[in-house]
Amino acid sequence: MFTILTRWVPMTLCLLIFAGCSSSPTKEGEQEGAEVTEQSTGASGTYEGTEGAGATTSAASEAGSWSGDPLDDPYSLLATRILYFDFDQSSIGMDNREIIRAHAEYLASNPHVSVRLEGHADERGTREYNLGLGESRANAVRSLLMAEGVADNQIIVISYGEERPASMMNNEESWALNRRVELVY
Amino acid sequence: MKYLLLILFLALSWQPAANAELTIEITEGVEGALPIAVVPFRWQGKTQTTPREDVSAIIQADLHRSGRFKTLPRNDMLAKPASGDEVEFKDWRVLGVENLVVGQVQPNGSKGFIIRFQLFDVFRGEQLTGYSIPTTAGNLRTTAHRIADLIYEQLIGVPGAFATRVAYITSKTEGGNTQVDLRIADADGYSPETIVSSDVPLMSPAWSPDGRKIAYASSEKGSWGIYIQEVYTGRRQKVTAFKGINSAPAWSPDGRKLAMTLSKDGNPDIFVFDMTTRKLRPITRHYAIDTEPSWSPDGRHLVFTSDRGGKPQIYRVPSFGGKAERVTFQNAYNARASYSPDGKLLTLVTREDGRYRIAVLDLASGVMQVLSRGDLDESPSFAPNGSMIIYATKAGRRSVLAAVSVDGRVRQKLALQEGDVREPVWSPLQKN
Repeated sequence: MFTILTRWVPMTLCLLIFAGCSSSPTKEGEQEGAEVTEQSTGASGTYEGTEGAGATTSAASEAGSWSGDPLDDPYSLLATRILYFDFDQSSIGMDNREIIRAHAEYLASNPHVSVRLEGHADERGTREYNLGLGESRANAVRSLLMAEGVADNQIIVISYGEERPASMMNNEESWALNRRVELVY
Repeated sequence: MKYLLLILFLALSWQPAANAELTIEITEGVEGALPIAVVPFRWQGKTQTTPREDVSAIIQADLHRSGRFKTLPRNDMLAKPASGDEVEFKDWRVLGVENLVVGQVQPNGSKGFIIRFQLFDVFRGEQLTGYSIPTTAGNLRTTAHRIADLIYEQLIGVPGAFATRVAYITSKTEGGNTQVDLRIADADGYSPETIVSSDVPLMSPAWSPDGRKIAYASSEKGSWGIYIQEVYTGRRQKVTAFKGINSAPAWSPDGRKLAMTLSKDGNPDIFVFDMTTRKLRPITRHYAIDTEPSWSPDGRHLVFTSDRGGKPQIYRVPSFGGKAERVTFQNAYNARASYSPDGKLLTLVTREDGRYRIAVLDLASGVMQVLSRGDLDESPSFAPNGSMIIYATKAGRRSVLAAVSVDGRVRQKLALQEGDVREPVWSPLQKN
């Protein structure tokens, strides 16, 4: 009797809390609440960077209104902003090297401009491994840019793994489009 | 009559009737499943206050869905007894029913109920167990799942996992915008709730061992971070915000540490973050991709995925760091391993003939058995009683969930009414 009782009491408490939770009808308020109460419990050592660290993407659109920017020339190699990769590979093919070299030249001569390298993978394989693979691809591009004289602080790398496919179909053609690094100015 | 009477504090709460978001369909059941009859529970109150949930129907559906029981349709029942003294065992023997559940629902206060049920062995004519459980309108479904758990444990010998929940990610693309949600539903697909809603990628939800928090990775504001959110308050905190990948959180069995993947040193490695001391300990340091850590139930080891040998394979390392040893040798791609609750098996994703499938690896014998049949199956997660594995699969172009019993004999499909659903993770058992 007593043991049964102790088994059920915590459960009931859970249920009570649960009931209270699910009786609030909309999620929207909760979402906002979640945002507001979000807190950083930053202890030294566990933090590096801030949330805004990745948000340096405005240079192109500002400069874009000026017609002379080589980034806007559709015949320039700089117009190619997506580099594709082989299955399960993060090595860069010869055709992509020329494009990367053009971007490197532009960035090296415009040190105030920064680029974001977004690495992606196709949907085959596990999500976390693909997140790693997307980062390897973006880092491979970063290494080449830096070898051509681009400064570290001009480059931001982020991987989206398989979370942001360019094509939603699941076939070879679509996967080939998804294994990519996008250069975002 | 040996009712075990439970005296509990009653809370009166109201909530709207739950709807199912995920519909669950048994695609294969066990041969020789146990025949059981769950007689509709008799309502002992006035008709105008009839409870809005049919408790015995929920119990019957749970037992049926497990694949371990063959439930007798209500129309085939010769009688509808509501307590032991009304049961004529011969009525049930002729129908081949081996176990019988009867019960009653009584009003209790203005919005409460008392549910009484008894489970009988029909051939011996004996009661196996019986309970009287007070509940509330809002908790009827959960109480019904609890009763199904008790029946399952009595007859199968391991705890049921019906009164558990599943967290999963949904995504829906409309007009070029993709909305990604982290949701939680009961294990039968009912009562879904969105706990995070985002327009950027969100992944790898992980329940804390007490089932009260979920850790996940989110790419808000253009960079990855690991967040911990309290399930029942919505409050959350950002745990890590290093440069690069902050992902794949995994709670230690004592709930004090979080294993994770960070690429702050240039490539993905495994780290363990102690949430009490707020210290971060590197576990692997290798130029390869090391990711997807998962704790052994005793907390002494981590398994993880690494492509240090060229292709992804599973490795094991002491959870305080040390030498990593390779665990998988069959097939060229093995990833995202996690332990069964008893620590004897790993479930993982393996590639066989170009197809990604869910397998279990017996750690003692090294034998690997492929359980799923899709081409792009991923994200396997054990039920907390070790009976089933839930995973993500494709149905045409849509992502759906499926579950398979560890012996491969029971199969279920769980489809969302619209959009894609992926990365299912089964909650822990509620602590008794």
